[in-house]
Amino acid sequence: MPSIGIVGYGAYIPRLRIKAEEIARVWGSDKESLKRITQEKSVPDIDEDTVTMAVEASRQALLRAGIDPKEIGAVYVGSESHPYVVKPTASIVAEAIDATPVMTAADLEFACKAGTAGIQAVYGLVCAGKIKYGLAIGSDTAQGRPGDALEYTAAAGAAAYIVGSKDIIAEIEETYSFTTDTPDFWRREGESFPRHAGRFTGDPSYFKHVISATKGLLEKTGFAIDDFNYFVFHQPNAKFPLAAAKILGIDKEKVIPGLVVPYIGNTYSGSSLIGLAAVLDKAKPGERILITSYGSGAGSDSFSILVKDLIEEKRDLGKKVEDMIKNKTYIDYATYVKYRRKLKGIGE
Amino acid sequence: MNDMFEYMKPKRDVAIIGIGCTKFGELWDKGLKELVVEAGVKAVEDAGITGNELQLLIGGNMSGGMFAGQEHMGALLADYLGLNHIPAIRTEAACASSSVGLRIGYLAVASGLYDFVAVGGVEKMTDVYGSHATTALAGAMDQESEATIGLTFPGVYALIARRHMHEYGTTREQLAMVSVKNHKNALNNPVAHFHKSVTIEEVMNSPLIADPLRLLDCSPITDGAAAVILAPAEIAKKYTDTPVYIKASAQASDTLSIAARKDICTLEATRTAAERAYKQAGVKPEDIDLAEVHDCFTINEIIAYEDLGFCKKGEGGKFIEEGMSEIGGKIPVNPSGGLKAKGHPVGATGVAQIVEVVEQLRGEAGKRQVSGAEIGLAHNVGGSGATVVIHILSR
Amino acid sequence: MEYAVPFHWRRFKERYHLIGSVCENCGSYFYPKRSICPKCRRKGKLKDYKFSGKGRIYSYTVIRVPPSGFDEYVPYVVAIVELEEGCKIASQIVDCDPEDVRIGMPVKACFRKIREENKSGIILYGFKFRPE
Repeated sequence: MPSIGIVGYGAYIPRLRIKAEEIARVWGSDKESLKRITQEKSVPDIDEDTVTMAVEASRQALLRAGIDPKEIGAVYVGSESHPYVVKPTASIVAEAIDATPVMTAADLEFACKAGTAGIQAVYGLVCAGKIKYGLAIGSDTAQGRPGDALEYTAAAGAAAYIVGSKDIIAEIEETYSFTTDTPDFWRREGESFPRHAGRFTGDPSYFKHVISATKGLLEKTGFAIDDFNYFVFHQPNAKFPLAAAKILGIDKEKVIPGLVVPYIGNTYSGSSLIGLAAVLDKAKPGERILITSYGSGAGSDSFSILVKDLIEEKRDLGKKVEDMIKNKTYIDYATYVKYRRKLKGIGE
Repeated sequence: MNDMFEYMKPKRDVAIIGIGCTKFGELWDKGLKELVVEAGVKAVEDAGITGNELQLLIGGNMSGGMFAGQEHMGALLADYLGLNHIPAIRTEAACASSSVGLRIGYLAVASGLYDFVAVGGVEKMTDVYGSHATTALAGAMDQESEATIGLTFPGVYALIARRHMHEYGTTREQLAMVSVKNHKNALNNPVAHFHKSVTIEEVMNSPLIADPLRLLDCSPITDGAAAVILAPAEIAKKYTDTPVYIKASAQASDTLSIAARKDICTLEATRTAAERAYKQAGVKPEDIDLAEVHDCFTINEIIAYEDLGFCKKGEGGKFIEEGMSEIGGKIPVNPSGGLKAKGHPVGATGVAQIVEVVEQLRGEAGKRQVSGAEIGLAHNVGGSGATVVIHILSR
Repeated sequence: MEYAVPFHWRRFKERYHLIGSVCENCGSYFYPKRSICPKCRRKGKLKDYKFSGKGRIYSYTVIRVPPSGFDEYVPYVVAIVELEEGCKIASQIVDCDPEDVRIGMPVKACFRKIREENKSGIILYGFKFRPE
């Protein structure tokens, strides 16, 4: 059985940023305490959405993979902000990357872990020999309720992964998931903003699933913490992933390279996957990465990824996460509210 | 592309024996039908005919459909003018709709097939809300590649203005001078939309519409109608002491979208139509005593000076700055106030320009009279220059 | 005005991939696609051509009074971009402050939302250009 893994990866982070202190200014919140949550977050431009970011990230993944897009047999887009409730993001992406028409596609939703669920789906299809390459994307333009704590972190971004068995740059050695019915964060049909269960989103939700999935993966693979050079966790804020690392006995230094939330906020379905891309931008062949996503509702997907030699050749063919983080322009809260369409009556 | 036109000689000359024009403005009390009848009746009375002589009716209208839900304008004209059952058609070429109609009327009489033809133009633009008017006017550009991506009419001419400023150093002040001159001229035009002068500062401080063009660079949304009566030149004097003869009627087309042009600082259709018109009339640019040109936006008047041969390419800004296009200048341009100050009811503009030229050649232009006017030119542009029609008239 | 789906659907591939035409007879490039070469007419040989997406700004404006469907985007930059193949096209410029746009600026095509007619209609996607 040939090794199956990542053939190409790409990310997209919008250019606009709003500082947490600017949001705090409008709502009268305490700026100092916010510093531990996030500094600033990315904001999609008025003409960007889950689809456009997914396309940009996928095009970067294709540049690295160097494959004929027509050989992609499946496209899955995971998001909680698909622009259509009915009509898939995935078919638009598939058309925009010229993978159509002989292929399957679908949209996924599982809060912030819909992207990694997509990776498991294409991984399965490739393992079964049913498709040559599969593309899985996590992309979100998360909406934060005005004045709510989550408004400081709800951000926008996308990451795309092409999975195959030929010329892989990082092997997916194993995957392990942990899923329960835990409603810590949800949005009903027709509602503009999600709701969350406050402090319940911590221990019984994020931590229980992230830690269980990670421990489960270690047990399944027989690997120990020391076998991994990098750990990437879902990043709703800067606190949680570092706290999870501490609980698992992981050295902070192994988490920091994949920690992007302080600079771009929580990109929801893109969150752990952009973190993974940031690590792949610098990891050396032979190094091993553990990534555990988390989606409210709730579940975690954990992966063991072994970096291969080919990454040195392919890495520079696409944009790096670090460069996208640095490419930024700040906007104020009024412009933010205009772009995030929280204003009524425009053009009516 | 070679000009394949060996200019066809008309079987006979054509004269304008009657003219009529409504007031231009925001005419809340009048709909399409009232405007059409008003202009038509004025023209018929001015020609001294009963109306029974009319054999063909041509109405120019850009967008009755989008502005008033009304297509089938030919039938509407014939019906409401009481001219059932003569043939009646609507001609459309965006802002050049009625000059294209005038050309068809000219061809009908010049060919010998028709004697008396009425040609008019009408547009009722104020029955829709703001952005819907912008959308309707965008029909003059390429819908799929220009309107779909958010380009507007002022946007197209702004692209032209910026490039002209970049290539030739045309200044913002020179653009403003066009607006100032035309507003000044309109003070003496009873039918003009605006009777208000503006200064260069006021133009340059008016709200931005599409950089660098501002509100006072742009012709307004106007309602209005105009009409003329055509007859064979040989019998014109039976109806009027002051017939005006159509010495040239020329039309040229160009790419629909602005991006497809080789050089956006010139309207190749103007240069082509002008060449044909000058040749047909046997005159040169220097012989023109006055011109009504298509200043839908100030930049377009500046480019018209160049394309009509009144000055060298790139020197349009200098031409107006030196006062050459004032009444009393080298070639008075837009003595009526132009589209900017007289108003631009899109479908009516072509014929309205002709009405002004006729009044000037008859010596009936009052305080805006160009003294000794013998040869006049009307220049009407559709869209961003995809259609250009030029008429040269003489006493 | 909201057109039924086919009006835009038939242009999806051209708008997603920046596909126009090249005439193999005279070597001219066109965007949008043409059914007949305007220079050669029936002597022309038109083929689909996917542009590289690289170009320079030839002229630009900032739209401040929008047509319907574009109200929330104001102010936005529309430019004529001269593609490296020589053909000029009209498109929006993004990822750039309107004040920073210049004639001659190098730009590259990206994938963006073009517009939504209204809350319930389909969303149109296509290319725009951003500074390279």
